[in-house]
Amino acid sequence: MGGDVTGTTPPATPVRDTDADAVYRLTVNGTAHTVEGTRPTDSLLHVLRDRLGLPGAKNACEQGECGSCSVLVDGVLVCACLELAEAAVGCEITTVEGLTPAGAEPGDAALTGAVLTDVQQAMIEAGGVQCGFCTPGFVVAIHDLLDRVPDPGPLEVREALAGNLCRCTGYGRILAAIEQVVTVRGNGR
Amino acid sequence: MTPAVASTGVEAPPTRGGAATSGRIGDSPIRPDGTPKVQGRFAFASDLEADGMLWGRALRSPHPYARIRSVDVGPALAIAGVSCVLTADDVPGAPTYGLMSPDQPVFARGVVRYTGEPVAAVAADHPDTARRALAAVVVDYEPLDPLVDPARAAEAPPIHADGNVIRHIRIEHGDPAAAGDVVVEGTYEVGMQDQAFLGPESGLAVPDGEGGVDLWVATQWLHEDRDQVAACLGLPHEQVRLHLGGVGGAFGGREDLSMQVHACLLALRTGRPVKMSYLRDESFVGHVHRHPARMRYRHHANAAGDLVKVEAEVLLDGGAYGSSSSAVVSNAARFACGPYRVPNALIDATVVRTNNPPCGAMRGFGAVQVCFGHESQMDKLATRLGMDPVELRLRNALATGDVLPTGQRVTGAAPVAECIRAAVAHPLPPMPGDGWLDHPGGAGRTAERARVRRGVGVAAGLKNVMYSEGFEDDSEARVRLSEGVASVTCAVAEVGQGFVTIASQIARTVLGCDAVVEPAGTVGIDSAGSSSASRQTWMSGGAVLKAARAVADQVRSAVAERLGLAPESLTLTDDGRIVAAAVGGAAGALDMTVADAAGDRDFEATAVHRHRRTYPLDERGQGDADVSFVFAAHRAVVDVDTDLGLVRVVQVTTGQDVGRMLHPTQVIGQIEGGIAQGVGLAVMEEIVVEDGLVRNPGFTDYLIPTVADTPEVLATCIEEPEPEAPFGAKGAGEPPTISSTAAVAAAIRAATGVDVTRVPVRPWDLI
Amino acid sequence: MTVLAPTRLDDAVAALAADPSLTVLAGGTDLMVAVNYGQYRPAGVLSLRRVPELHDWHVDGDGSAAHVVLGAATSYTTLLDPALAALLPALAQASRTVGSPQIRNTGTVGGNLGTASPAGDTLPVLVALDATVELASASGRRSMPVSEFVTGPKQTALALGELVTAVRVPVAHGPQEFLKIGVRNAMVIAVANCALVLDLGRRHLACALGAVGPVPMRDRDAERWTAAHLDWGHRPRLEPALVDEFGRRMAAASRPIDDHRATAAYRRHAVEVLARRALARAWAAT
Repeated sequence: MGGDVTGTTPPATPVRDTDADAVYRLTVNGTAHTVEGTRPTDSLLHVLRDRLGLPGAKNACEQGECGSCSVLVDGVLVCACLELAEAAVGCEITTVEGLTPAGAEPGDAALTGAVLTDVQQAMIEAGGVQCGFCTPGFVVAIHDLLDRVPDPGPLEVREALAGNLCRCTGYGRILAAIEQVVTVRGNGR
Repeated sequence: MTPAVASTGVEAPPTRGGAATSGRIGDSPIRPDGTPKVQGRFAFASDLEADGMLWGRALRSPHPYARIRSVDVGPALAIAGVSCVLTADDVPGAPTYGLMSPDQPVFARGVVRYTGEPVAAVAADHPDTARRALAAVVVDYEPLDPLVDPARAAEAPPIHADGNVIRHIRIEHGDPAAAGDVVVEGTYEVGMQDQAFLGPESGLAVPDGEGGVDLWVATQWLHEDRDQVAACLGLPHEQVRLHLGGVGGAFGGREDLSMQVHACLLALRTGRPVKMSYLRDESFVGHVHRHPARMRYRHHANAAGDLVKVEAEVLLDGGAYGSSSSAVVSNAARFACGPYRVPNALIDATVVRTNNPPCGAMRGFGAVQVCFGHESQMDKLATRLGMDPVELRLRNALATGDVLPTGQRVTGAAPVAECIRAAVAHPLPPMPGDGWLDHPGGAGRTAERARVRRGVGVAAGLKNVMYSEGFEDDSEARVRLSEGVASVTCAVAEVGQGFVTIASQIARTVLGCDAVVEPAGTVGIDSAGSSSASRQTWMSGGAVLKAARAVADQVRSAVAERLGLAPESLTLTDDGRIVAAAVGGAAGALDMTVADAAGDRDFEATAVHRHRRTYPLDERGQGDADVSFVFAAHRAVVDVDTDLGLVRVVQVTTGQDVGRMLHPTQVIGQIEGGIAQGVGLAVMEEIVVEDGLVRNPGFTDYLIPTVADTPEVLATCIEEPEPEAPFGAKGAGEPPTISSTAAVAAAIRAATGVDVTRVPVRPWDLI
Repeated sequence: MTVLAPTRLDDAVAALAADPSLTVLAGGTDLMVAVNYGQYRPAGVLSLRRVPELHDWHVDGDGSAAHVVLGAATSYTTLLDPALAALLPALAQASRTVGSPQIRNTGTVGGNLGTASPAGDTLPVLVALDATVELASASGRRSMPVSEFVTGPKQTALALGELVTAVRVPVAHGPQEFLKIGVRNAMVIAVANCALVLDLGRRHLACALGAVGPVPMRDRDAERWTAAHLDWGHRPRLEPALVDEFGRRMAAASRPIDDHRATAAYRRHAVEVLARRALARAWAAT
């Protein structure tokens, strides 16, 4: 990529406008959605934001370099900008909007979105949120890390989150938030 | 029409600050917008949409310098889904804009002066259609030979009617013939850094159907944008209303206009809302960068180590348009000597115009560049004198009462020595452990421990807070007390720094109740000035304080009147209460919050905060150009693989002059974030420009530190209250960026013995 | 634009045969960047997400003939799985340096091969190990060494209508090392990388360099010379002169260029250091 600053790129192959009416179903945060009226080449990021009313995943780079669009696809942490939306048919997609606080059933509408998870709570208490653009991606990535590794060492945390860029915080308060969560979860066991 | 974010159940932007905040001045309450941000419900400018919305996109020049022979938009208009295509012919008002001088075209006419300069803009039904439309516009360019070497700019043929020298400043201080027993010289370079805020340039323009427009935009200064946009649209201010869309970081990169005029023009022409949101590659050419700098220094000292004289020549490459270059070069000149007593100085600083990418404000604003110069020199001097670098700095450290090279006396807090001592007092980090990530090269597994050397470096810096040289600087705020809740209206651009938090804390402290911050916009409130220059706590915090106190006074008067007392017999406390020992006529003493005392009545006050006057520099660079100064020192510890030149920044400590911490956690956030940016400039960040073309407009090759790259940060905040500042607080945003880069460079020198004279330091510089 | 998502490899091959213009999509970490930036508009997509055999791996043969057969859609994260990392340590080391966890969860070894970037991190490992790619098309199956498959910068021998189905990699028969230089600790394209493997049974050494030529490169003469000078029986400490000479020969064989990431001179110097360190470390582990 790189270097094409003109704003234009002549298409490599002609776009067939008849394909503008792809229709398919995506399962996001436990709910099946019919997706229509998208461009067939739309990434999952675009579909989430522009079609499904889920703007939590962010568009900081659309190159997989910043992690601001991090979501879970079949429980695996990925960049939504690198997923072709239509190729995610049949997958379970979880966005920041669908993260479930501990003790709630996934998809529990009364709780999901209305109550903060412990990671979300720690992020705001520890000062891990400034502009907030990287925040949803971090929240998803931190949940993924701690679900897989309940007590990560400091270097393990850094390596696990190296795919999430933050420009405001210098990461210090984000790491403090993670320590807080690990401690509290550990005490609760 | 109020734009809404995509789905139901999501807050429409710009949200009220969010939940009312608890916490007074000095606490660290949760930020009011924190909950929506962690849930992904906070509406950034890039999240906005409106019914019937079109997508806008700009066509940008592929050449750094070229004549435009013709522009044919016909083929673009023929594409289905394209609503309009605009060029310079379609700008109804002022064809140019600019922060300090309106030298920059809305759309290029006849000539393009930098790669990426906008030539046209299109509105279409989908971003993809817009891109195809731009590809169809036919622009006939005649490429010209670009001016890309700033050293040649002054003598080269002008590339703009305003000439190639944007500003030249000379500072003459003391005795020009003064000389020292010891003289050290050096030439230093700072590469072009980028703000690299994560939220791309974005906004939504909505025409009102009556010839006016509402623009939701991520910016740093709503009213300045409004003024420039209105001028270009040829509309009166009342018809151009700006509202703050959520901002994903700024760091100076949003002080200039980006998509504002384009989006409004497209919206007014099509009669439909138009959204513009840059992709990352467009963002990298769509905003100004930090000025690259070349500096030559000569430091004179006596044998005992007292600075006698500093001579410096500074050349900044301003790129194609002026932006805030004339203020940046003034800063570079005023702070070229560093936070030291310098009895004699000769500073010659110039910012020139070239066909390179335009440069302007970035956190640190000229002080960052010269700090690398003067701190490199101080280390050189220390070596020559056989002195410890910390001792040399302490010996010459500026203090309250000293005079700067501009002739201005420092009258406020100046704890330079304390900052330096605090930075070096922190324990050094232990030697690395066994994991690959503990060593330079990280998971790349390149390190051989026997070949890694540790180095320690120290640096100190200074900068102004608030605007300088007489630049108009004020802020207006309104506080309304109603039904037990204080609401604050102020046009501050919240860019992440946490103004919304401290505004609520201030109101809560004065009025003793929950406080909310209203959405920021240009309607119904005057300018708050920009979120830059480390000024908002002082200026807008000051305005909120003033307005809140005025409300408290009103409440006191009302209570006094009700009780048949003189207002002076009631006391307003520091924690938002009204008290009186005995109120005679009514039973007992009075002790309640101002808010409770207000009862059912509503109270409101609007206040403007100003600071004392500042003055332009005269032809010898003399003048009281600033209100206040802020200081910081940093110590860096690095490990360097001496065979490969790979650097691991292990620890950065700091002592920072903060005046007073209104929200300690937010101050630490500024320190850690600023140090990360300083580390980035030291070892990895550079916009690579070749023949006027940006080679790395993306996060793939413009590398900013990941969490695997940032050091341990230990901070000491020195609270010596600033006499003229509301609460005694100084801005905390910029100091962390100023001397952190120089400290890392110094540490690398210590580790390798290499005379590092350029940042960012590259591996091949060290082997 | 059609998106096909077959569930069997035969169906995937048949779909590609029927329409060779289909763009094959596994992880998409290179493809989708080009799509997002409007540089590439596929006329049709063949998604491999649902083809199980492309995501599986197994061991074929035993002893000195043991090979791991990696389905082409094996992700970097899977390559880091301890069971697989034990069999293919250098490939695991390389995988750890690719991108970020998000990228590693998504990107695949088949994709790394298909993209064939000169800086691709698995490529030097596969070339050093004499790995082979397995290809399928309507005309049948064929395989070739990775070193023949990658023909130039971002160029491969993949024929129209052909799919990478697997990579066969010999199981480690001695210590392996992968080293990579980047200016940042994560998410960075290699300025230079180096894979070195020792085969204690056959007393062979192989060393491949990446990002210092159009394709990953080996120098068989340098490998043979070095192997001949190693005391495979007693395995004493290496003579510095031997290590230095090995490094010099590898650097001399490299063909680096200047680009916006690094200078040719630095790259040449860097691979000399990497080769020396890789050899010393691998030998010390014997």
